[in-house]
Amino acid sequence: MATAAAAGSRAAWYRRPDALGPALLLGTGVGIVALGAGWVSGPLAVLLAAALLAFVVYVVVVAIAGGPGARKRLAPYGLLQPGTLWLSLFYLAPLWALLVMSLSTKDGRFDFDPSFAWDFSNYRTALTDFGPQFTRSFVYAGIATLLCIALGYPLAYVIAFKGGRNKNLLLGLVVIPFFTSYLIRTIAWQILLADEGPVVGVLERFGLVSLLEALNIMENGKLLNTPAAVIGGLTYNFLPFMVLPIYVSLEKIDVRLVDAAKDLYATAGQAFRKVVLPLSLPGVFAGTLLTFIPASGDFINAEFLGNPNTTMIGNSIQNQFLEQLNYPLAAAMSFVLMIVITIAVVIYTRLLGTEDLA
Amino acid sequence: MTATATPPARRHEAVIEGARTAPAWLRKVGRVSLVGWAVFALVYLFAPIFVIVLFSFNKPKGNFNLVWQEFTLDNWLNPFIETELTDALVVSLRIAVISTVISTVIGTLIALALTRYRFKGAEGFNLFLVLPLTTPEIVLGSALATLFLDNNVDFGYTTVIIAHVLFQISFVALTVRARIRGFDWTLEDAAMDLGAAPWRVFRKVTFPLVLPGILAAALLSFALSIDDFIITFFNAGSLITFPLQIYGASRVKLPPQINVLASMILIGALALMGIGALWKARRERR
Repeated sequence: MATAAAAGSRAAWYRRPDALGPALLLGTGVGIVALGAGWVSGPLAVLLAAALLAFVVYVVVVAIAGGPGARKRLAPYGLLQPGTLWLSLFYLAPLWALLVMSLSTKDGRFDFDPSFAWDFSNYRTALTDFGPQFTRSFVYAGIATLLCIALGYPLAYVIAFKGGRNKNLLLGLVVIPFFTSYLIRTIAWQILLADEGPVVGVLERFGLVSLLEALNIMENGKLLNTPAAVIGGLTYNFLPFMVLPIYVSLEKIDVRLVDAAKDLYATAGQAFRKVVLPLSLPGVFAGTLLTFIPASGDFINAEFLGNPNTTMIGNSIQNQFLEQLNYPLAAAMSFVLMIVITIAVVIYTRLLGTEDLA
Repeated sequence: MTATATPPARRHEAVIEGARTAPAWLRKVGRVSLVGWAVFALVYLFAPIFVIVLFSFNKPKGNFNLVWQEFTLDNWLNPFIETELTDALVVSLRIAVISTVISTVIGTLIALALTRYRFKGAEGFNLFLVLPLTTPEIVLGSALATLFLDNNVDFGYTTVIIAHVLFQISFVALTVRARIRGFDWTLEDAAMDLGAAPWRVFRKVTFPLVLPGILAAALLSFALSIDDFIITFFNAGSLITFPLQIYGASRVKLPPQINVLASMILIGALALMGIGALWKARRERR
């Protein structure tokens, strides 16, 4: 609201639609977080709720009284109001609650209502006791993301440039597998990778087992319950999130640009490197985020395809939160995960530099 | 997207063939290996689906449908015999319908605001909208569960629906926005200039143009809801959805009915896609 007041020139901010709109969204957003996260309680909370309601009513009155111009300028804020409330109450307020929980102390094993105490020991425990899980999560997710690019880019390229009139059909084929449940697909990989299963069978027939063992991909002739299986499962489950954005950015490329490069004596390889690849980077960027972020927080693949030495941070958070009921420690681990990912995303955005995520 | 893109794509290929630098055989090897790699990627995508459908015809020994024994149609003749599984599917469908309706309305309003109007704070809101997508599900799930625990909210239908709407909103808003971004809003003015009342403009111009995008977004968000595991796991309490039932039972038994129901969902989705494609083809022909 301070920014709105500072921008004031002719009329007071509470009369000007272009200041009132942002003030409404910010005010109700912060207000609802305050209510949800428990910054205010009792009679104060009732008062705040009433004030928020009065604010909304006031803006509606301004819109009605202000004529078509004011209505048109206030309309977008009205359209954003429900979304703002939902995301504030169920996204921002929970993150605040999580932060408070991560700094709370649990008095004994059976204290299920931890109290806030600026207790940073949860973070220390998270980083010392669960360091390997964190490392594994990021390494596995990183490798899976690279594999997704290696598999997904050529696939998207073939669909976009060689698909012809079957483009939509081919794109449909990429999406169809994901209409079956995530869990069921992962269980199907258990069957495929089992010791007597088809994949190991094919590898044995072609005598590739010892080679893969030497590369540390297989362990004692087994594929299931190894790190490779977990990474393979992650790659599988997030592949469409890589293919679709890359396809979208390839599809947008004007092929006359490639022709122009060829006319200027570029070889096919040069034309790809200098024209197609740079123009498709936004897709690779979006795909990387859509793959890496969910993969690093996943615990299904590690649970169904891995062994006790391949657990990822998701497994630990799930275990601490839902089984040990150690909410403060689980909250601290969640927060560390989120902060590391945010830092990685910021660095990555700086390096690849695109703003258009969607 | 389809009709206009075909001729340039052909031309592009022709140009590659016309390049003078690499010998013909090498270019052919390159092209074949590129397509071969793409085919491999598709096989990789479909391998588990093949297994799921195949094992719906299996007659397993014992509780786990993990090893092929013999062919049977029993599972398809009795798809709903595992009542716990069927009940869980009904719970999931109910949650998916309600959360899809809520998120489609909220998300569409956001998309309309972001595409139709230029206003102060649009960029900030864009960022706010993308944030839930860049937060790992496990963080969203544990944070929301912490909020509910703090406020002594009972876990159940309401909490799961709230959680699903939370992650669906951004998907719906971004999908609808992408679909209606290029829409020519002056068409509305034209209709009004021709004397159409605002409601008529909305019904005859705005709505038909926006509808395909909204339907696509709703379908996506329905699929996301019915398949969600991680966030649901944290916020369901004793409520059991289809994925939670499979997870919970997976240590005790994996009946082939799981595969039958999964195959049915797949067939249903394929049918929906087919209807959508036919509908689009008919609209384009008109």
